[in-house]
Amino acid sequence: MSTVRLVIDHDKCTGLGLCEAEAPDLFEVQDDGSLLLLVDGAEAARHAACQSAVGSCPTEALRLVQD
Amino acid sequence: MPQRLVVVGASLAGLRTVEAARRQGFAGEVVLVGAEEHLPYDRPPLSKAFLDAEDAPVEPWFRTADHLTGELGVELLLGSAATGLDATRRVVEVGATEVPYDALVVATGAAARTLPGSEGLAGVHALRTLDDARAIRSALDAGARTVVVGAGFIGSEVAAGARRRGLPVTVLEALGVPLTRSVGPEVGLACAELHRSSGTDLRCGVSVASLRSRDGRVTGVELADGTVLDADLVVVGIGASPSTGWLAGSGVTLHERDGGIVCDARLATSVPGVYAAGDVAHWPNPLFDDQLMRLEHWTSAAEHGAAAALHALDPAADRPVATVPYFWSDWYGHRLQFVGVPQADELRVVGEELGEDRFLALYRRGDRIVGAFTIDRPTQVMKYRRLIAERAPFQAALDLAHRNAASVPAPTPAAV
Repeated sequence: MSTVRLVIDHDKCTGLGLCEAEAPDLFEVQDDGSLLLLVDGAEAARHAACQSAVGSCPTEALRLVQD
Repeated sequence: MPQRLVVVGASLAGLRTVEAARRQGFAGEVVLVGAEEHLPYDRPPLSKAFLDAEDAPVEPWFRTADHLTGELGVELLLGSAATGLDATRRVVEVGATEVPYDALVVATGAAARTLPGSEGLAGVHALRTLDDARAIRSALDAGARTVVVGAGFIGSEVAAGARRRGLPVTVLEALGVPLTRSVGPEVGLACAELHRSSGTDLRCGVSVASLRSRDGRVTGVELADGTVLDADLVVVGIGASPSTGWLAGSGVTLHERDGGIVCDARLATSVPGVYAAGDVAHWPNPLFDDQLMRLEHWTSAAEHGAAAALHALDPAADRPVATVPYFWSDWYGHRLQFVGVPQADELRVVGEELGEDRFLALYRRGDRIVGAFTIDRPTQVMKYRRLIAERAPFQAALDLAHRNAASVPAPTPAAV
């Protein structure tokens, strides 16, 4: 069975934090502006808020990929 | 149930409207009308990375034409501005073309205000459109001496872009302190300091008397006191006005102050079947005592698009647009972020009280936290936003600031 995983493109991410606003349990922008995923990618993808976080990103830095 | 959705305005709010319509399963016809020739594109980068002196700027397209017409089944009508609305016959007029609709979403945005006497003068630009950004970029490529009129966020980003290239830049501001109306004087002072410490010549309390030109090209800016500043590029950042002239006489109620469209919390206008989204729309935000707001922010345009599609296609839906406003701006390697609303009883510069280098201001209304402005605190700003969304007491925000002060390491200076 294939699993869905959340992937961050750190080159596109500029740390605007909309994902953290949508899903504070999954994402946290760090003090240096980088984005930290607080759980692993597959775990994140199982959360309902993950989809809205992906959709909210101004730089389209978040993707759900099928393994 | 509507069969035909027409969206006027092909920027972020319009794009999000058509995307949301398809996502919610709307199978009818969708038409997207845009005044510019361009496909929908992203505006925030235009005053930021787009101006950098690299080989070629990243083109800011959101989607390809194939994706929009093929995958989403959207009929594109680009390069032609809507000229009228006949709400009785449910027709949008685009020049001589009539575009019928069952449901209409107006997302025509706002147009940059211009300086009197600048029409047709080469070297004078606003920064609103992709074409504006291309013109400014090529002027910077040529090493332009730059004068920015208006120390707002976009003008300030252009100034930072010029400084990144080592070019001389002067910013002119009519008020004694920049950004007083949008974020308050204490915050404006902190922003002014970013200009000064980065080598930008910021002049406050000055007004432009006229533009000097030769052979149809700008050569300088004359101030009211007679000072003349030589310039090859003049960027005018003095705000924007809602693009609603085409709705005159349509029955759509416009705001008496700025001509924006007056909506309810579902983004419905005064005319049945007509909704509005993005920079053009005033709506009562339930999170802030139904305060009527019109925002020119990326995030509200995106949220409005989805909400307008929902309500336009399902008139029984009732999901008021309740959101904490958020915008960001990048100056000289610093990230400026604002969440909430600036209309407050008190503005506390908390960073200074705590002896911190990095700026933090909190806005109190009654006993509630309603806003936060930060410079270089990207890990904190969304925590304040959450408190504002929860209608938390001001004290909770002060407590958070104190906890952060105890745990945050000393800041590293940002690169310019």
